Amino acid sequence: MAIANYLYLSAILFTIGAVGVVIRRNAIVVFMCIELMLNAANLAFVTFARINGNLQGQVVAFFTMVVAACEVVVGLAIIVTIYRSRRSVSVDDASLLKR
Amino acid sequence: MINFALDIGKTAAPEAALFYFLAPLSVFAGIGMLIVKKAVHSALLLAWIMVSLAIFYIAQDALFLGIVQIVVYTGAVMMLFLFILMLVGVDTSDSFTETIRGLRAIAITAAIGFGGLLTTLIGRATFNRPITGLTSANSEGNANGLAKELFTQYVFAFEVVSALLITAALGAMVLAHSQKTRSPFAQRDLSIARFRKDNLKDAAGLPSSGVYALHNAVDVPALLPTGKAAPTSISAVLEARGDMIESSKFQLQQEEEEK
Repeated sequence: MAIANYLYLSAILFTIGAVGVVIRRNAIVVFMCIELMLNAANLAFVTFARINGNLQGQVVAFFTMVVAACEVVVGLAIIVTIYRSRRSVSVDDASLLKR
Repeated sequence: MINFALDIGKTAAPEAALFYFLAPLSVFAGIGMLIVKKAVHSALLLAWIMVSLAIFYIAQDALFLGIVQIVVYTGAVMMLFLFILMLVGVDTSDSFTETIRGLRAIAITAAIGFGGLLTTLIGRATFNRPITGLTSANSEGNANGLAKELFTQYVFAFEVVSALLITAALGAMVLAHSQKTRSPFAQRDLSIARFRKDNLKDAAGLPSSGVYALHNAVDVPALLPTGKAAPTSISAVLEARGDMIESSKFQLQQEEEEK
């Protein structure tokens, strides 16, 4: 098996995550799809670290994980705040700035 | 002639078997994430994808990242997601009506284009060096090697990330904090409200259950001096549910004998 297969898997998972962000309406599911995209990028980083024979790709993947954790914390707090005021987590309902 | 096969090294047979078993499953789980209606099912499928990615990391000599993936992602992040799902309501299923007409078709077409572009790019890429693998980089252990990189070359980025973590924690606290618009009802407020009612019948408070009966459980109404059961002495919920017990059952037997 070629190592590049990991890169193909990473590309496919990233694409699935991107589709999910566009077509799903539930803010939490949209958020989980963003997580999927970050994870797919991490898989590519780890694979490139192996291809290049040094650990720099893994370091970048490590930093991505930390940033993703921060993003989850703040994003979920925003979702809870929106839910508290609008009683809904649908991304279509949070359109107050439009009107 | 176009060289479609990316010549960047081959893996051993066990790893190939692992990949061909787990990769289709994780892709199906990813597609399932988009299809299933309930957010909880999406979360569980995402947890499955994250566990398989952790296995891939470990198979690719990234032991530390694999463990961190399981502990941080499937352990902490997914638990946080499920926690928020429970808070917001598990039963809220996503509506699949399109708010923008043709959005789904456009999204899927764009995704096929984007995915095709990515995969053909990977397929046509060539790598001019031989694949070394991580055996020399991991000679002192993966965690040690990673620590050496983190605390020498990337130490500034590491410090910046720590600042980011603190900022995120503060931000979450500020966002989740809610100002109370009124103080909670204290005993004093309840007492004042009782005396401000139309009549003072309940000014001293409602009778508690089972006061004059032999039995003093919450499901037995108190007996009034007249011998009748006081309906206000037990919770209306118990009465509606049919869990109320007749208080006459617990009257003293002596009284009946005297009569």
